[in-house]
Amino acid sequence: MSFDWQPVFLTIKLAGLTTLLLLIIGTPLAWWLARTKAWYKQAIAAVVALPLVLPPTVIGFYLLLLLGPNGPVGQLTQALGLGVLPFTFGGLLVASVFYSMPFVVQPLQNAFEAVGKRPLEVAATLRASPLDTFFSVVVPLARPGFLTAAVLGFAHTVGEFGVVLMIGGNIPGETRVLSVAIYDHVETLDYTSAHTLSVGLVGFAFLVLLALYYVNGRLNRSDAL
Amino acid sequence: MRAHATGGIEVVARTSLGRFTLDIDLHLPGRGLTALFGHSGSGKTTALRCIAGLHRAEGRIHVGDQVWQDADRFVPVHQRPLAYVFQEASLFAHMTVRQNIEYGYRRIAADERKIEIDHAVEWLGIGRMLSRTPDKLSGGERQRVAIARALLTSPRILLMDEPLSALDRNSKLEIMPYLEQLHDALEIPVLYVTHSPDELAHLADHLVLMEDGQALASGPLTETMTRLDLPIKTEEDAGVVLDSIITERIDQWHLVRCDFTGGSILARDPGLPVGHRIRLRILARDISLALEPVTGSSIQNIMPATIEELGDDSHPGLMLVRIRVGTSPMLVRLTRMSAVRLQLEPGKEVWAQVKSVAIIE
Repeated sequence: MSFDWQPVFLTIKLAGLTTLLLLIIGTPLAWWLARTKAWYKQAIAAVVALPLVLPPTVIGFYLLLLLGPNGPVGQLTQALGLGVLPFTFGGLLVASVFYSMPFVVQPLQNAFEAVGKRPLEVAATLRASPLDTFFSVVVPLARPGFLTAAVLGFAHTVGEFGVVLMIGGNIPGETRVLSVAIYDHVETLDYTSAHTLSVGLVGFAFLVLLALYYVNGRLNRSDAL
Repeated sequence: MRAHATGGIEVVARTSLGRFTLDIDLHLPGRGLTALFGHSGSGKTTALRCIAGLHRAEGRIHVGDQVWQDADRFVPVHQRPLAYVFQEASLFAHMTVRQNIEYGYRRIAADERKIEIDHAVEWLGIGRMLSRTPDKLSGGERQRVAIARALLTSPRILLMDEPLSALDRNSKLEIMPYLEQLHDALEIPVLYVTHSPDELAHLADHLVLMEDGQALASGPLTETMTRLDLPIKTEEDAGVVLDSIITERIDQWHLVRCDFTGGSILARDPGLPVGHRIRLRILARDISLALEPVTGSSIQNIMPATIEELGDDSHPGLMLVRIRVGTSPMLVRLTRMSAVRLQLEPGKEVWAQVKSVAIIE
């Protein structure tokens, strides 16, 4: 039996797109959280952090209700002609974005807070607009945070299981990602295939974290004044 | 560096930070260096931040013909043609020295660039460190780069917040000559926050004395330093700073004659040529008064003066007297007993004997 690459590619696609979306959504959110003095800041921060403590099934359950044919978001997507998201790749993507959000937002927020106010003030006195300052000063200074956020967001999405089962199901090529494929193999007592995929994931996770710690250690040393 | 046609600076600012309230209404000259002088917590840095727009106060900020803030307008910091040098150099850690100094330069229109990179680099002596990163520089070098970076935005006004206070003594001595040159070369006004009497004496033309969020006084340095109604007079090193020019070298005795408005004085030869502009600092404790011109004294500098005002000093046994030599004021510290014995009173003609003069520039 030849090796089934489909779950591998699907997982990479899902994790890659999730990471991309999270960097786009999470960067302004983390920036806001790092700089705002609004009284409801902690409430928003707590909502972002919810997936850290909730069982993935809870998130999956509520997303299923929300995105389903009778849920408010589901009705909206149907009205827009997008159909219903659960049990599609799109639905899985939306769920992954929620599920992995704290892993992207929190490292970014920490990195933005570490940059401090002074570089922003200096840039302003050197004629840089706030947006210009963000890209020319904040982003380069927060580079280790971006790296951590991207790697953790990607790796955490690769590792998701409960949410996938609740909202994605097990449709080959659509929602059948690695973790679900492994579960399937174990269910059918195909331990050899389960081992192959599992060992691959363990190796992947280890290498990713090793690379992250190594690169961040180096960046932090070179940026220290 | 080319002159900007700059009028005066008008600063009206009122703001509260916790228990502290800043409340100032100042009209400052459109050129020369104005020192905002006071103890820490007196509000001088907050005042500077309000002018820059880094802190939003109620009030009005006019610089020359530009309105930066009034009742219905607040120009954001990055649209104000100012330069700001912070207490710590605050160079961008992810850029080389060259990238740092080019940062502001690149962000102004080419036809607004009055100061070129090569000029600033040479002037501040940072040519050999251009490719280095800030962490490879000493404190003094970093501050020089920060000054170059600020000036390269060709500002209409230069704001400096205690640029020397974070530096050790040697770095201070290293930067001081650059600041003195800056003072002579720049045609734009400089607002300089400091709590150091030394920096005040070296650099300031105009003095704003700050205390508890208020400006107690604002005026030309020499006149303001000799006012007897201000707390600045009772400092240990109270005295006067006079702008002066070397008019004669007396090589035989290693002395120079320095003329100031309304008088002249002998000082130790600083090794500078005739015609050089210098500053003289004469401390109140180094002048004594006599009713007759004393002969047979070791003191060389004896000049006629008029008593203007007598005031209390920090110790009840001492008094401070403001005299005028020609048109220049000086402060004299003497005992209350002497003042009574000599029957000193405003308008009385006396002889001032100056024991010691320091040339500081």
